[in-house]
Amino acid sequence: MDFLALFDLSVLDSTVRLTTPLLLACLAGLFSERAGIFDIGLEGKMLFAAFFSAAVAAMTGSVWLGLLAGIAASMALSGIHGLASITFRGNQLISGVAINFLAAGMTVLIAQDWFQQGGRTPSLIGGGRFEPITLPFANALNGVPFFGPIYAELISGHSILVYVSLLAVPGTWWLLFRTRFGLRLRAVGENPAAVDTAGVSVMGLRFVAVGICGILCGIAGAYLATGLQAGFVKDMTAGRGFIALAALIFAKWRPWHALWATLLFGYLQAIALRPDIIEGALGFRVQVQLLDALPYILTVVILAGFVGKAIPPRAGGEPYVKER
Amino acid sequence: MDVMPKWAEVILVPLISLILAALLSALVILAIGENPVEAVNLMVTGAVGSTYGWGYTLYYATNFMFTGLAVSVAFHAGLFNIGGEGQAMLGGLGVALVLLFIPWPHWTIALLAATAGAAVFGALWAAIPAYLQAKRGSHIVITTIMFNFIAAAVLNYMLVNQLRPAGSMDPATERFREAVHLPSLHEMLAPIGINFSKAAPANVSLVIAIIACVLVWLLIWRTPLGLEIRSYGKSGRAAKYAGIGAVRITMIAMLISGALAGMMAINNVMGEAERLVLNAVEGTGFIGIAVALMGRSHPFGVFLAAILFGFLYQGGAELALWTSIPRELIVVIQALVILFTGALDNMVRMPLERIFLAVRTARASKSVGPAE
Repeated sequence: MDFLALFDLSVLDSTVRLTTPLLLACLAGLFSERAGIFDIGLEGKMLFAAFFSAAVAAMTGSVWLGLLAGIAASMALSGIHGLASITFRGNQLISGVAINFLAAGMTVLIAQDWFQQGGRTPSLIGGGRFEPITLPFANALNGVPFFGPIYAELISGHSILVYVSLLAVPGTWWLLFRTRFGLRLRAVGENPAAVDTAGVSVMGLRFVAVGICGILCGIAGAYLATGLQAGFVKDMTAGRGFIALAALIFAKWRPWHALWATLLFGYLQAIALRPDIIEGALGFRVQVQLLDALPYILTVVILAGFVGKAIPPRAGGEPYVKER
Repeated sequence: MDVMPKWAEVILVPLISLILAALLSALVILAIGENPVEAVNLMVTGAVGSTYGWGYTLYYATNFMFTGLAVSVAFHAGLFNIGGEGQAMLGGLGVALVLLFIPWPHWTIALLAATAGAAVFGALWAAIPAYLQAKRGSHIVITTIMFNFIAAAVLNYMLVNQLRPAGSMDPATERFREAVHLPSLHEMLAPIGINFSKAAPANVSLVIAIIACVLVWLLIWRTPLGLEIRSYGKSGRAAKYAGIGAVRITMIAMLISGALAGMMAINNVMGEAERLVLNAVEGTGFIGIAVALMGRSHPFGVFLAAILFGFLYQGGAELALWTSIPRELIVVIQALVILFTGALDNMVRMPLERIFLAVRTARASKSVGPAE
């Protein structure tokens, strides 16, 4: 038995790559839910962004234009969510469900219309993808024992969006906990009446939060289609939006914890791809289905409050009605 | 105060929402370069133009009645059960276990047993999220979403590792015995001289689904328990003062909801496939949400909405067959229906309320006269 094999460099490397979309979507949800808007439409926004980024990248050959298109597409869905749940005070959960379906259907419909390839985009080549970046000295340091390979393979050699997602963690923390905007945003998720009394627009703040959520989901989706894979395929998010939601609860709506939670879930996804390593390390077979279900089971356990209680923002899910 | 008369609430609002959803769907069809009028024609002929089409429309409608009722019952208790998908998967497992391991002599007893199996498995799958909501305050929407994924993993494990016949590569159970074959509408209608399509999958479960609609109506509007469920749904706090136990109502409503979602399996697993396959549910649990919203959580509304969605499903399949419009068009329509009848409900309601208010004040001032 060799437990260290479970942390094989190749597994950790794919952990980083699989964590990235989860982390971005989780932070996206964090902004939205901290402002009191539940968002179960993360999945749909990511999917929409994945398609439009891949489609535009395929047509223009520029991955950066693809990224912009992905962000714009995701923000359009955010706009619908904002309209339904902020302006018209509709049910945020139902709106999220509708957005997920809208994305699942529209992506295939448009893909078929534009590319006639059975609901997928052409494979992206060359400038249509985010290429891995080799950090400085990565090759030179590769010879150094232990730390060399970690730097060269684990830290260096990812696409730029991986580093963006990692930087988004301190960025989110700083924005939410060290700026006036962040204080107001958190307040609007806990006690919107107080924010309103202070003369700050509840609706405005919530729209900004939903907008940021759209941007981050857009980057997450673009990474899926142009970084992790080369092109869009039907339903390519494969439940990642819901895993991100689970991670958000796991992290109890805190940015740094979101990083740890998504790393854990990313690791579970990565190790599930390598049943040979698990069997070698533990000496028995672990059912792949158990690994697939583990993030969800862990989240239910956390939600049940057996391992520290997860308390969502107090005004979450409730539309704000100004007193008359 | 009700601003709008009841007929506007029950008919006008959903109708306008539906028209908006239909208009947008037509725009989508136009945008992908097809003709919406032709598309509707094709859908109508394909879905209700023959007994074959009707057979599929009613088959889908049967599924949607069960999941729509499931979501409705939970809605009445103020709970959003988004886990119909998982509960229906487990219901399928219940049906398969009951039919595979007990040699039933006749389909009638088998149907009763399978219904019970499906209901028990579906209800059990809803029980844990219900308990966590009632006792620990865990948000039922999140837990039921998580349980959908866990259900998929459970089903995958059961089919791949346990129930798959030796030597088969297909993750599915073996076929159920011939004795438990449910009579299709063809077999049911032939004795009274109606020649219904032989190939269509609609079967006797349709009758069970309609009975379920009636029973749910009786439960919600004609029993003390139904009153308790509705009161709890309207105001949990007021219900508590009236001595209605939150834990009890949450558990009961979710168990009924889960059982109804699970019962869908008698139609798709026992009636159609006659074995349990991996993707037996195919999103039907989620369509229940659209059906319940459109039917305003009323069993008769659910019945009509289920038939409409059955029509959309069969019509959409025909469209995909004859034109280059993919089947996903139905998913878009379904999304628009959920959006307009659910989330954007106020967008339709607010202007309508203003119109009715204006009409009422105009009438009142006329009858009272300018002296006021």
